[in-house]
Amino acid sequence: MPKKILLDSKKINLILSRLVYELIENHKDFQDTVLIGLQPRGIYLFNEILKVFKAHHPNIKIKSGILDFTFFRDDFRRSEKTLSANSTKINFTVENKRIVFIDDVLFTGRSIKAAMSAIDSYGRPKSIELLVLIDRRFKREIPIEANYYGTKIDTFKGDKVKVVWDDKPINNKVFIES
Amino acid sequence: MRELSVDHLHGVKYLKKTDVDLIFDTALNFKEVINRPIKKVPTLRDITIANLFFENSTRTKISFELAQKRLGADVINFSSSSSSVNKGESLIDTVNNILAMKVDMIVLRHPNPGSSILLSKHTESCIINAGDGTHEHPTQALLDSFSLFEKFGSLKGKNILIVGDILHSRVALSNLYLLNLLGANIKISCPFSLVPKDIEKLNASVEPDIYKALRWCDAVNVLRVQRERMIKSYFPNNREYSMLFGLDVKKISSIKKDILILHPGPINRGVEITSDIVESNNSIILEQVENGVAIRMAIMYLLASKLNFSINE
Repeated sequence: MPKKILLDSKKINLILSRLVYELIENHKDFQDTVLIGLQPRGIYLFNEILKVFKAHHPNIKIKSGILDFTFFRDDFRRSEKTLSANSTKINFTVENKRIVFIDDVLFTGRSIKAAMSAIDSYGRPKSIELLVLIDRRFKREIPIEANYYGTKIDTFKGDKVKVVWDDKPINNKVFIES
Repeated sequence: MRELSVDHLHGVKYLKKTDVDLIFDTALNFKEVINRPIKKVPTLRDITIANLFFENSTRTKISFELAQKRLGADVINFSSSSSSVNKGESLIDTVNNILAMKVDMIVLRHPNPGSSILLSKHTESCIINAGDGTHEHPTQALLDSFSLFEKFGSLKGKNILIVGDILHSRVALSNLYLLNLLGANIKISCPFSLVPKDIEKLNASVEPDIYKALRWCDAVNVLRVQRERMIKSYFPNNREYSMLFGLDVKKISSIKKDILILHPGPINRGVEITSDIVESNNSIILEQVENGVAIRMAIMYLLASKLNFSINE
């Protein structure tokens, strides 16, 4: 299948810096804010965002966790294979907190819907925002949009958007397979 | 994506190592779920599960029911003592009547060995064996080993001792199958009258000296003496059994090392184990109870994921 590079490591780094500044603009000292990385693929972007905070904004203390929403997905028993769960690491409640979900690609929106249901297990947040690296616009199956995005792209339904996070950051990239 | 190699859980004997790994991994996720402020997930909201208990049960039944409710399933409970079984109805007729009410999964406890296999041949529902006579009790063995897995990381090469009524215990047989599958070394310690024949075929050696056995092991699983299954006397009296095989402070302190202590319950305090050992720091008996819910959630989740889904138009 032909591959087309959408983002290289240089562009990804620029986007990461911008996304962090946008978060700071809206959340200031992050007093009531919690960043939540979404399993499985959102964790990589989540870690990169945390790295940028640590390297360039060390005075901002970030509360964060990792959420798996497998048991809240709406396609249980509708896919051929068993849905395998991943670990969740949230050792606090989110009652009245401002949540920012972090995921790599926003596509149909169903994962985010499941994540919104799953986070309720930890309390009723004050608000939920969504940060993604790639927004596959016009492909939503439910009315969910990102508050922060790296880039928006137009794709066909059968296209596959792959985000590669390598041990060597220079090899990080996003490509599309048609 | 991984999935179970079986469509029913009749016994540990029918599981592969990959199945056990998957069950343990999934149980870890569910253990996190049941420790959340809100402990319920909606995964099995379109599944109806019948708990059919043709034998008395307290903890297994409650554990299954709690697991089902935590998964969002609809639950119906049946016990033979208050049913038409007493009017002469057969197992298969009873179950088929219940299945006509659109039940997707059955948790079966029955006094006859092999009853869950028999039932699966006559119904289309997924069957989970919650204890069939003196045969198997797979979910108990899975939660026992899961509790050890949490402490040890791996059971490979670990020395596991089973003390008690091995002959009548379905927990013992399921544990023997599972510990073999996980690569543990196994010894049993009990009166010779309670040693099943061909025990060596399950790679378990008999150590009649409890002191030696305890010194050898990393963990000991203490089983109850099942008086209700004994049709003759296998040892003189409880006092003698307790002196020779009952776990007490004297025996545990003599081995001069820390070992984990498990018991599947119900406990006969003062017979197979004393109260101070049950409540000691080395006892993981209450952790077993918590893990029981997580393991049963994992098993029902994984088996339910293999059930066909259809919406009638």
